[in-house]
Amino acid sequence: MSSQPVTFLGRARELIGTPEAAAVDRGVRRFNEMRLAGSAEYAVMEAMRDRVRAIRLHSLRNLDKLLDRFADQVIEAGGRVHFARDADEANQIVAQILRDTGSRRVVKSKSMVSEEIELNPYLISRGFSVTETDLGEFIVQLADDVPSHIIAPVLHKTAAQIGKLFARKLGVEETADPTKLNQIARDHLREIFLAADAGISGVNLGVAETGSIVTVTNEGNARLCTTAPRVHIALMGMERIVARWEDAAATLEVLARSATGQHLSVYTNVVTGPRRSDDPDGPEQVHVVIIDNGRSDILGSDIAEILACIRCGACLNICPVFREVGGHGYGTVYSGPVGSVVTPGLHGMNPWWELPYASTLCGACEEVCPVRIQIPSMLLKLRERAASEGRLPGWLEKGMSRYRTTATDPVKWASAKKWLYRLSGLVSMGGYIRRVPGPGRGWTRFRDLRRPAKQSFSDWMRDRDGA
Amino acid sequence: MATQKVQLMATCLVDAVAPEVGKATVRVLELARCEVGYPEGQTCCGQPAFNVGFVDEAREMARYTLDLFDETEGTIVIPSGSCAAMVIEHYPEILEGTDYEDKAKRVAGRTRELSQFLVHDRGATGFDAVCDGCTITVHRSCHGLRNLGVRGEVDELVRSIAGAEVVPLEGAEECCGFGGLFSVEMPDVSAAIMRQKLDNVEDSGANILVGGDISCLLHLEGGLRRRNSKVAVRHFVEMIGGDDGA
Repeated sequence: MSSQPVTFLGRARELIGTPEAAAVDRGVRRFNEMRLAGSAEYAVMEAMRDRVRAIRLHSLRNLDKLLDRFADQVIEAGGRVHFARDADEANQIVAQILRDTGSRRVVKSKSMVSEEIELNPYLISRGFSVTETDLGEFIVQLADDVPSHIIAPVLHKTAAQIGKLFARKLGVEETADPTKLNQIARDHLREIFLAADAGISGVNLGVAETGSIVTVTNEGNARLCTTAPRVHIALMGMERIVARWEDAAATLEVLARSATGQHLSVYTNVVTGPRRSDDPDGPEQVHVVIIDNGRSDILGSDIAEILACIRCGACLNICPVFREVGGHGYGTVYSGPVGSVVTPGLHGMNPWWELPYASTLCGACEEVCPVRIQIPSMLLKLRERAASEGRLPGWLEKGMSRYRTTATDPVKWASAKKWLYRLSGLVSMGGYIRRVPGPGRGWTRFRDLRRPAKQSFSDWMRDRDGA
Repeated sequence: MATQKVQLMATCLVDAVAPEVGKATVRVLELARCEVGYPEGQTCCGQPAFNVGFVDEAREMARYTLDLFDETEGTIVIPSGSCAAMVIEHYPEILEGTDYEDKAKRVAGRTRELSQFLVHDRGATGFDAVCDGCTITVHRSCHGLRNLGVRGEVDELVRSIAGAEVVPLEGAEECCGFGGLFSVEMPDVSAAIMRQKLDNVEDSGANILVGGDISCLLHLEGGLRRRNSKVAVRHFVEMIGGDDGA
């Protein structure tokens, strides 16, 4: 991952109040309403959440066995399997497959793991042509941008902005009509699909019992990517596995309901090996690249359960911080509450330790997570890790140590209250403080601070009970 | 209803910054036929330390608070959803496997958030409070809501106030942006979230914003004052306990 020079707060400051942030807020609220409507009409939603949670946890507990079985079945179906320890290895494997098969022109359907390993720049710098075919990802690529939401990469853009971009980059007439924009992208991509040598896709689920790869889209582009070109390369995070088809079915249903409120995504694309002799079409080769890239570290840690995530985006859509800042504030492909756990888990605490602090701990993420992942308690665990590694500012560390000493000694506590009252008198007017110096100044930049009371409640109680 | 013995855990903010909330809590508990004990020497539950990751510090404060309250009798009542969640949920968590595990579970089992205690344990919702011309809207603070399931209790309590109208708040269950030290560490983000909440509060038509957590309320009060709003901020217990001039 490329780390950016600014912190979360630095990026957030640049984003808050911008048209981009406003577009994110509108977008996630719409998603959230769709999720609520979709869940409300689905009487068994709560039971299905429990079921999918059990499915995902079962997969994580049996991951080694299931991956073996999955790999065997992929090979059985005529596909090839590659294991990549990290991003570098994954990128090298993909480039090698492309070279071996004489592929130069690559089409891609949406794959977050390809963003995670930064596959596009790797391939492009080595002379391959890579075209994103998911509408959102296509726009991101044209704009030389990065996705801002795991299921809606251009949530931060308005239709008008996209119209301008298309006019500039594709030489078409400017429009802000989404249907027309869609048609422009479709026309542009059609030729590219037909000329492509290889298609790269992500994997929503790998089904171990048959070695099948499932991808869901609402645009059908994954189907074209995985069938039209001669070679199909599927990139799969190693936790995306389920044992059986019935597990996949339940998971896909809950995924669609939680992401957009749909019954199912419009296209559910299943690939089990390359084309058979009697198939009218399909790729000659299917390669599955199973990527670790830090997942084993997470699996062996106290945040293992985050790997149960099915990437629906519901926690992003409900998160008050995400709503104000948008995905770009997080500086990494996995944003929002889940990203703030996954990112330090995958890529280490440095520099990502601050992401777990980009949360009010309101708990809304856990409430909506279809797999009931306890995201807030994982954020707390990562905060504990950050604090114990000495990553927090000195004032906070010293302050906490002093606070503990004071709060475990009634005499010190009583005297601290008196001192606070006296000191606050120097800066307050009419019982409120408009500006405090020091680390607390952030508070009074946006709010008045009520002055501590002259007579504390404890003193009042003592007088009362004594009287 | 028979008199019940309770122990009040006031919380550090009520003790030092908002004593009127503590006074009103005592009045309301007595109206609900409770005999109110107040263990001397109480300080802070340790939540600020816990939430930023200083768990050792939080554990020490937890042990201090547990020693103080484990010696007392009766239900421990806390006028704050987040401090109550700290004692009920997180004390047993952070002390699991230590020699304080049993004590933490014992105290957690005796602890109740104030609105839930009043409505469910005491069945007391009417306190003969009067507030003419008051239009009240209720913010549902996150930890009370999501950790303890405080949903309609505060609404129910303030609805009993004579002369007052309770109006709905758009996004009442959305976070206000406070988040403890988050409000100081990431003030811009905190304030951006607060802005939406305050817009909703002002759009509700209420002249009093009510909640069950003084921490969130001080943040919202500070924000409302900064925008010269006419909306006042009160803990629900101040509304039902009134100010009898004590």
